[in-house]
Amino acid sequence: MNSTPALNIFVASILTNNILLASFLGMCSFLVCSNSIETAAGLGTAVTFVLVSTTTLNYLIYHCVLVPLGLEVLAFIIFIAVIAAFVQFVEMFVERFSPALYYALGIFLPLITVNCAILGASLFMVLREYTLVQSAAFGLGAGLGWTLAILIMAGLRQKMGYSNVPEPLRGTGVVMLITGVLAMTFMGFAGMMNIQ
Amino acid sequence: MPQPNEGPHSHANTGGCTSCRGLCKEALKEGIYKNNPVTCQVLGICSCLAVTNRLENALVMGGALLFVLTLSNLLVSLLRKQMPHRIRMVAEVAIIATFVIFFDQFLKAFYWDMSKQLGPYVGLIITNCIVMGRAEAFALQNPPLLSMLDGIANALGFAAVLALIAVARELIGSGSLLGVPILSDAWYVKNVLFVLAPGAFFTAGFLIWAMNAIHPRQPSESGV
Repeated sequence: MNSTPALNIFVASILTNNILLASFLGMCSFLVCSNSIETAAGLGTAVTFVLVSTTTLNYLIYHCVLVPLGLEVLAFIIFIAVIAAFVQFVEMFVERFSPALYYALGIFLPLITVNCAILGASLFMVLREYTLVQSAAFGLGAGLGWTLAILIMAGLRQKMGYSNVPEPLRGTGVVMLITGVLAMTFMGFAGMMNIQ
Repeated sequence: MPQPNEGPHSHANTGGCTSCRGLCKEALKEGIYKNNPVTCQVLGICSCLAVTNRLENALVMGGALLFVLTLSNLLVSLLRKQMPHRIRMVAEVAIIATFVIFFDQFLKAFYWDMSKQLGPYVGLIITNCIVMGRAEAFALQNPPLLSMLDGIANALGFAAVLALIAVARELIGSGSLLGVPILSDAWYVKNVLFVLAPGAFFTAGFLIWAMNAIHPRQPSESGV
């Protein structure tokens, strides 16, 4: 059992233990989708929503089904199945009830299944032995932290359109270097609080 | 879902065995160097950055990927004719997750410390785009042995990049390699930044820069 207050976990997972900048999760979609602020905001919203829901759902399944049955071994396969099924469900639900939202988020939803931040959050949740409230706080914080990181990057990349980046460095290379600087900036929060 | 990377050999249908050896060689070269999954296709970056703070971790991770990718490519290729097209992704994920569980249990049973060190990143091999990408782009169209070779090649390419980044980070950050001190404390001031997260991003950025400078590719569409 982890005794850190849920609020601390929430703040820490946005700033000091940012899931992207400190744990390197969700890099693939971060690199590909950080071209424009609108895209980044859409993807960020979708990721945050799915993160909160799946960490909570996986918590319940892990502790109410897998642990009593002694099937913790299957956690990986169950988690990824839950995530895939949930994303599929959300996609259908949004398409049926809110076509406008579907067109805004729709294209990002399938991408999210393979976003490692989602599975990573569930695995962290198990490793750090969070309670239900802590898991939900962690999921929300991680999602907001990821959104914050990709929004900052999208803003920087839009500005960077005007700068003269050396040819071989264009694309992934320069994004990596900027992410490094961002990670350094976020390390400045480290004295504030820390979770393991 | 990662875009299936249509390499020149994606549709290779090995008719006779004369072209077979050439194809195998080509598949190996393609995966390790020419079309390296990390530096050229930018796949599997997450674990690439997370486990490279020490060379030992990077090597274990490379081994894990070699195991998972080889066997999952083999199995997907064996089952490619039986798998209905619509549910192939679910089937692929289930196959990959099974092998990852094997490896995770193995680590937990025999190398507990290492398992603790790698934390969630072993489980995250499931969402490592390289594994899924190779299953989709190669194993679904090619015979089992060739797919297995492709898996080995891509895993070796991945492991090589991992090792390269880890050597730089451990040497600069801790002044040692595999835990053995190389640079003496007497004159070398450890740059701890390289063990921490930013160092990973910087090292990867510089590596990609260097690779692109040596082998210029087509101008990127995004412009930036």
